[in-house]
Amino acid sequence: MKEIRITVNGKPYELSVRPWATLLEVIREDLGLTGTKEGCGVGECGACTVIMNGKSVNACLVLAPEADGKEITTIEGLAQGEKLDPIQQAFYEIGGLQCGFCTPGMIMSTKALLAETPEPTDHEIRKGLEGNFCRCTGYTKIFESVREASRKSRR
Amino acid sequence: MTTFYRRLPRFDYVQPTSLDEALSLLGRYKADAKPLAGGTDLIPQVKGRDMAAPRVVVDLKAIPGLDAITYDATKGLTLGAMATIANVERSVLVREHYPMLSNALTTMASPQVRNRATVTGNICTAVPSADSAPTLLVLEAVLKLVSQKGERLVPITQFFTGPRQTVLTYDELITEIRIPSPPPKSRGVYLKLSPRKSMDLAVVGVAAFVVRDGETCKDVRIALGAVAPTPIREARAESALLGKKLTDESIEEAASAASSECRPIDDHRAAREYRCDMVYVLTRRALTQIKEEAL
Repeated sequence: MKEIRITVNGKPYELSVRPWATLLEVIREDLGLTGTKEGCGVGECGACTVIMNGKSVNACLVLAPEADGKEITTIEGLAQGEKLDPIQQAFYEIGGLQCGFCTPGMIMSTKALLAETPEPTDHEIRKGLEGNFCRCTGYTKIFESVREASRKSRR
Repeated sequence: MTTFYRRLPRFDYVQPTSLDEALSLLGRYKADAKPLAGGTDLIPQVKGRDMAAPRVVVDLKAIPGLDAITYDATKGLTLGAMATIANVERSVLVREHYPMLSNALTTMASPQVRNRATVTGNICTAVPSADSAPTLLVLEAVLKLVSQKGERLVPITQFFTGPRQTVLTYDELITEIRIPSPPPKSRGVYLKLSPRKSMDLAVVGVAAFVVRDGETCKDVRIALGAVAPTPIREARAESALLGKKLTDESIEEAASAASSECRPIDDHRAAREYRCDMVYVLTRRALTQIKEEAL
């Protein structure tokens, strides 16, 4: 077992982890934060996207010991109490989801995109979300939600 | 039927804090150790049981300085082994002096993967479709390989030996990729053909690089990805253009030569004939783009 210290959504944790555990398993199983989803488990689908030290990563491809000392934000870290993050509010208003399984990953990728590019072009939105698969919507409303989120975040 | 594995097999994890320590671990464990950079290839491979579980994973990310990206007009660009694809792609130095490299890296995978994966890892995995390979081949990159026994410099043209096979031995690491400064009046283009624009492998990748003297091509470098057991330089296509002007006819000739030389596989991604035809189309398109760009 390896001892690690991580900060998740602002809260520090000291954990004992199996060296072959992934960050995704730690987030879901050890911390009980099941908002982050496991889709493919091999970095193709983006359902497990979290933000680690300011960058979006696939939590399924990060080994738990690699996350030692890092700051992580998951979907649970966005809303402030009952008040949704502007990105969540935009997805909710536009209806940028159907089954919802890919939504946490979509929102975390949007978070990373808008942090770096507050006013993304259409191309930048597509590139920003290229690592997130949605099998229901056909992406149009997700795309519109990101545009709306950009508008809301700047207000 | 293939089995879908959700969990990684057991292995130990170590994070050396110096290059010496990392090399001594590799020297000790040899084939039982696997160096870890971004993990975006290694973890899926190990999880899918496509690769035997290593006894120990050696994480190289805590070695100081290994992620540096530096440029010097005489020495050229040096990419540390842990430089991520995202950091290389966005580097102002790379965008200014090696725009084709930045463009090639943008075609790869997704932001999440580019934030973790390294250029060196892409080269070490050595799949024939590696998107950074054709560009590094035409830019004539040199790899610095280091082990406890010493170091050697290997031109990337001699690095790949087969699909997922390279000259790298178990106890060696690539510590840097050195890319010479492009000569004045040179232009390069990488074109990737894939059914989808994102998260897809190249069916064919073509990198073309031309140095002109007046209107004459005094140096021509063409490299292909995904059409042979390794990424390759295409000597016949290069010599078809050397000493000539870039015209529709000379470009046509070079593109035909590239297409007749390539030996792709037939698989579910594309048929052999289609890949050869696309080598012709992409080589012609890349060279035409170079012709039309003002010097």
